[in-house]
Amino acid sequence: MASMQAVHNANPLIQIEDLCKSYNLQGANGETITNQVLFSINLTINPGEFVAIMGHSGSGKSTLMNILGCLDTPTSGSYWLAGKNVAAMSGDELAHIRNQSIGFVFQGFNLLKRMTALDNVATPLLYAGIGRSQSRKRALELLRRTGLESFAMHQPNQLSGGQQQRVAISRALINEPPLILADEPTGNLDTQTSREIMLLFEQLNRDQGITIVLVTHEDDIATYAKRLIRLKDGHIIVDKRNEASETALNQAADGNSLITQ
Amino acid sequence: MNLFTIIGEALRALRQNRLRTGLTMLGMIIGVAAVVLMLSIGQGARTKINETIAAMGSNLFLVVPGATSSGGFSFGSGSVRTLTINDAYAVAELPSISATAPVTTGTVQLNYAAKNWSTIITGTTPNYFSVGNWKIESGAIFTESDLRSAARVVVLGSVTAKNLFGDEDPVGKTIRITNRPFLVVGVLMAKGQSLTGRDQDDNVLIPITTSERQITGNQFPGSIRYMMVQGKSAGDMDIAEIEITQLLRQRHRIAKGKENDFTVRNLTAIADVATDAAKVMSIVLGAIASVSLLVGGIGIMNIMLVSVTERTREIGIRMAIGANQRAILTQFLLEAMMICIMGGVIGLVVGIGGAWVVSRVADMLIVITIGMVGLAFLFSSAVGIFFGFYPAKKAASLKPVDALRYE
Repeated sequence: MASMQAVHNANPLIQIEDLCKSYNLQGANGETITNQVLFSINLTINPGEFVAIMGHSGSGKSTLMNILGCLDTPTSGSYWLAGKNVAAMSGDELAHIRNQSIGFVFQGFNLLKRMTALDNVATPLLYAGIGRSQSRKRALELLRRTGLESFAMHQPNQLSGGQQQRVAISRALINEPPLILADEPTGNLDTQTSREIMLLFEQLNRDQGITIVLVTHEDDIATYAKRLIRLKDGHIIVDKRNEASETALNQAADGNSLITQ
Repeated sequence: MNLFTIIGEALRALRQNRLRTGLTMLGMIIGVAAVVLMLSIGQGARTKINETIAAMGSNLFLVVPGATSSGGFSFGSGSVRTLTINDAYAVAELPSISATAPVTTGTVQLNYAAKNWSTIITGTTPNYFSVGNWKIESGAIFTESDLRSAARVVVLGSVTAKNLFGDEDPVGKTIRITNRPFLVVGVLMAKGQSLTGRDQDDNVLIPITTSERQITGNQFPGSIRYMMVQGKSAGDMDIAEIEITQLLRQRHRIAKGKENDFTVRNLTAIADVATDAAKVMSIVLGAIASVSLLVGGIGIMNIMLVSVTERTREIGIRMAIGANQRAILTQFLLEAMMICIMGGVIGLVVGIGGAWVVSRVADMLIVITIGMVGLAFLFSSAVGIFFGFYPAKKAASLKPVDALRYE
């Protein structure tokens, strides 16, 4: 399998060492309260992996996700993304990384309102400096491959949850990033749609070698991943290969229909 | 993201909130329209005054008989008749003076055919026309020989000509002035109102000799109502005033320490005061109008701040998919600027339209210059940048994670 070879040959895509994150809060009497969310996290993710990060709310999984996605900065420790020290980067450099190297998929879809699906998918290209007509052309091509072509001119509120999430995934894929970060991508979807979305992720991981990091608190969603990381109170307590994923892989045959050539 | 794309995005955002955009823009429209209207009214007033001053003639003195006060008791000027035609001829010989025109006045009844008209008659010399910057509409002015022979010739003011003759050409016709026949030799071009608001075109002019002997009569022969004196250069008006005063004191044999029995008025100085007043007026009008532009700008800032807060999540999403700070800043700044520039253009049109209406309704001269149009543009863009910058900066400084988490 292509993805397995990538794991062995390439440098780590994500390398986190001794990463801590704490927030300073203002107490009722004006004193500063430091709330530490992540404690000395060490984590290495290789290209082509499919990782599920699990944990209860307050475990720090969302904070870790935000740091992985360069949306937030660590308090201490180092974070290397594709060989680059992200912790030392300026705001504009981080914006460039988010644009080029990371695709985000959110629980609430986070599509831009009152904008067509096509324009939503095309927007990352605009921020990459590509002209509008060229961007739209590429976005339409991608929507065609994900079977959403007929919804290209629909606005998000005219689409079902599953359709919105597939538009969001298309938007995440448009700049062909090596990494997709999905924060509870199925949290707002019914079981059947959740399954379709997960199979789509699985397929992207398997066929295109895209590294996927998924945050979820649902066990059955986590089974699609090949590696399972469990966080508790800001510490990694479990980091293991996911035996259950083999079954998921066997189900993947159904997912072929989701991406048509 | 290139500029055209950002402009497209900004337009889309403005379209999404038409009512809000429209109301915000209204502040700019009113501001710019007010500035344009006030500037054009101020400019119109200045132009009008300058035209009046130019029509009045340049470097002018008005010399009237009588002191402004005598022994602490003030007489109205002209209340005594101490100036003579010969004084006027003598003043004309002074080195700093180019010409003088003695004037006698009276009120007369004019008749032509069945029409009659009462107006002011001016008896003067041919120099009067050049000194007072009068231009001839048709025919000619009376001549030195008319003056010497006390000929019965008359030059009509445009309003008088209109009243007596209607559309008929008066030149060559004979009118009766206090029942004496006079040949109309010329009609003056209209000048409009004087600085004091008097209609300068309702008058008739005849040689001063004719006037004295045949029309107004004179209990003090040779005395005049006033004289117009034109200095040679604007820079030497002070010297000219001293020369006139010295000469007249000498001619009138006024002992040292005694009051003048005449008064010299520098009309150019009066005109300068009027010009300054008009200038101050246009500055004050412009300043008042600028306040409304300022208020419009604050409205824009207010709405942009609300908009940034409302769209915090959108900003977060945009940052997550790769927008850098400059892209967000540019987007919001352009939205503010576009409201301002569109408001500015509409305001300009409304202002020009308003100026046109004012010029029609109030019969005022309104002047709109390219400079004012440019100023309105510059102002509205500047307001957009100034008041749009802070909200845009606020949007761009949001941390992506906080913006995304915003509900």
